Amino acid sequence: MILGTDYPTLWFLVVGGLFSGYAILDGFDLGAGAWHLFFRKEESRRIALNAIGPVWDGNEVWLVIGGGALFAGFPPVYATLLSLMYVPFMLFLACLILRAVAIEFRSKEPMRWWRQTWDVLYSVSSALLAFLLGVVLGNVLYGIPLGEGFSLQGHWLQFLHPYALLVGGTTLSLFMMHGAIYLTMKTEGRLFARVNQLLRRSMTLFILLFSLTTLVTLLFIPHLSDRFRQIPWLGVVPLLAVLSIANIPRLVTNRKYGPAFAFSSLTVSLLLFMVAIELYPVLILSTVDPKYHLTVHNAAASPASLSIMLTIAAIGAPLVLAYTAFVFYTFRGKVRMDDSSY
Amino acid sequence: MEVEILSRIQFAFTVSFHYIYPPLSIGLGLFMVISEGLYLRTRDEAYAQLTRFWTRIFALTFGIGVATGIVMEFEFGTNWATYSRYVGDIFGSALAAEGIFAFALESGFLGILLFGWNRVSPQVHFLSTLGVWLGSMFSAVWIVIANSWQQTPAGYHIVGEGMSARAEITDFWAMVFNPSSVDRLLHVWTGALLAGAFLVMSVHAWYLLKGRHQAVSTKAFRIALVIAMVGSLTQLLTGHRSAEGVAENQPAKLAALEGHFPARAAADMYLFGWVHAAENRTVGLRIPGGLSLLLHGDAEAPVTGLSAFSPADRPGAVNAVFQFYHLMVAIGMTLIALTLTAGFLWWRGSLFSQRWLLHLFVWAVLLPNIANQAGWFAAEMGRQPWVVYGLLRTSDALSAAVTARQVLFSLVLFTVLYLLLFALFLYLLNKKIVHGPAQDTPLLHRPRQEDITRTLP
Repeated sequence: MILGTDYPTLWFLVVGGLFSGYAILDGFDLGAGAWHLFFRKEESRRIALNAIGPVWDGNEVWLVIGGGALFAGFPPVYATLLSLMYVPFMLFLACLILRAVAIEFRSKEPMRWWRQTWDVLYSVSSALLAFLLGVVLGNVLYGIPLGEGFSLQGHWLQFLHPYALLVGGTTLSLFMMHGAIYLTMKTEGRLFARVNQLLRRSMTLFILLFSLTTLVTLLFIPHLSDRFRQIPWLGVVPLLAVLSIANIPRLVTNRKYGPAFAFSSLTVSLLLFMVAIELYPVLILSTVDPKYHLTVHNAAASPASLSIMLTIAAIGAPLVLAYTAFVFYTFRGKVRMDDSSY
Repeated sequence: MEVEILSRIQFAFTVSFHYIYPPLSIGLGLFMVISEGLYLRTRDEAYAQLTRFWTRIFALTFGIGVATGIVMEFEFGTNWATYSRYVGDIFGSALAAEGIFAFALESGFLGILLFGWNRVSPQVHFLSTLGVWLGSMFSAVWIVIANSWQQTPAGYHIVGEGMSARAEITDFWAMVFNPSSVDRLLHVWTGALLAGAFLVMSVHAWYLLKGRHQAVSTKAFRIALVIAMVGSLTQLLTGHRSAEGVAENQPAKLAALEGHFPARAAADMYLFGWVHAAENRTVGLRIPGGLSLLLHGDAEAPVTGLSAFSPADRPGAVNAVFQFYHLMVAIGMTLIALTLTAGFLWWRGSLFSQRWLLHLFVWAVLLPNIANQAGWFAAEMGRQPWVVYGLLRTSDALSAAVTARQVLFSLVLFTVLYLLLFALFLYLLNKKIVHGPAQDTPLLHRPRQEDITRTLP
């Protein structure tokens, strides 16, 4: 127990923090990637790619760390989530590889067909990654047909149910807005004007999809709002999320892109915090029978293991934040190309 | 059964493909650290050129290494769910430590290493290169610890029974320093440094044969040769210590590596041979009592053989384990011979006029890479039928929710993707090598974004 909180709950917060870091960081480069084909000119595409060039790989580290933290802290949750959603995770991995390769290879040859092929792969895989992350989140929120002996009680295609698709679309639009704001800070001239135009569209799209998701959740998935009915003051979190979202168009209109990026990052973490409140203490919700639920307590690693990992996290997290800050500081400002660029 | 075979093939395929890249990154990383360090000391432009050239190749290997590495982490959960639940309490902390201490360091500073030449001072750039290399070394630490725990579990106790049994950590440092982790880590590190050094020697030997980039190539070749000489000799020692550890902790595996069948008898050492597992015998060229002598200092000392284990507890493919192991050892000896010959000729001052030797070095890059793969195949197949030695069988470690068709789908997906990736890797590697460490444009007066956008119509 630390500060009246048990180890499993503390580790739940650590994992949540890591996922939120991942969503903020990889979120903007996935979003920027999803826009890639909306830029027509070769130079524009290179600038957009080099805007994320020095940082995307570091951003992806947060996925590795977050995945490791989930594995370490809640092994049955990691094992169950990944094995029950085998096909979406395999597609996710395939996209991850294709995207990494496309970034690495696209500018290595001058041929038009070469670059166009990699551009399409890069953009489509970026968009699919964002969408699949949302689909997995949608399944976690809605519940998974988890039965006896960690088996799947249902068709393997069931992960594509409408609610999961809706959350997938919302996530994609959120990341595209987030990515577009990032690109406004990195571009100039005509490309900047184009990004600005796309940013406005994505804000509208995100706000529409977010409202729709909220409505559907409240009407059809009551278990996700139980907690807020039980403990009304927790309602301050969704309220803050809505205020934070509303602030983004205001800042964009006033051409304050840095603060807008801060608020879209805040939005991402507040939305994930809402998810955490809605789920806790359940991590995997079985739609078959509540006795198969995996919770923060019945799925946690041993207290000895959790206390070791909390020590590792306490030492490691400041280091990771320091490198991340240093790298972003080094590459601050508009994109400058040189012969080491992509 | 089908799910088991397919999952094993998929894991073996994805992990051995992945393992082409990290050793190269670790090995090239050390080379870059040395060459950039020499540049800072001497301000000789040749070292700056070398560092930049090898950084570009490093970027290629690193990028593919990261992408294929994430696959490994996920596969524990997707294909080996029971295993993940069983070992998560222990394995998880090693993976988390890898991510937070090693991978973050590596990938964070990679951006500065690749793109920061004009953004930071030469000293800070050097520190970034060092950070990336140390990150890759630390990464190996945690991964090898986790794997060694599967070979020689320590610092745990078992909780629960049957399907819900799992290992829980009792002593973190006993888990970290389990009986095999230090020897195996040194062996893996050295193997990685050899892979990098031989790639550097291969490329620069080729330039020397073609009469290109002479000045930088002799410098690079010498640096890499020193690494390779020290490395190949060290490998003899770490390999021997690993084998002693296997003899003590995993007798069935040792017996398979050496093709030794009699339950308790003096053991021969085979230079090469063939295992007839069904008939419990091995034929080949051998040194009588050689293994006993090497392990116990006495040619008569008994060594436990495969017959001491019930067939269910023996590795399934003894001949394959034997062949992979002997291939690795044979390559190790060849590397020692090669590097010592080259070192001798360097001392005599005629290294770079020996065209035959340079020709050999162009192709020798394949050897350490094959040895790294063969060594891992011997280590992992020799551990069978256990996924955690003596505790959890591979056949009990699968995901209950995954069907054979799903695994077949993903196996085909990865095969297609990785073949494409490998072809592209070779193509681009070749292109970069052919292009060579050309004079880079001066550091100032590069095109900036403003200049590019201004020229847009």
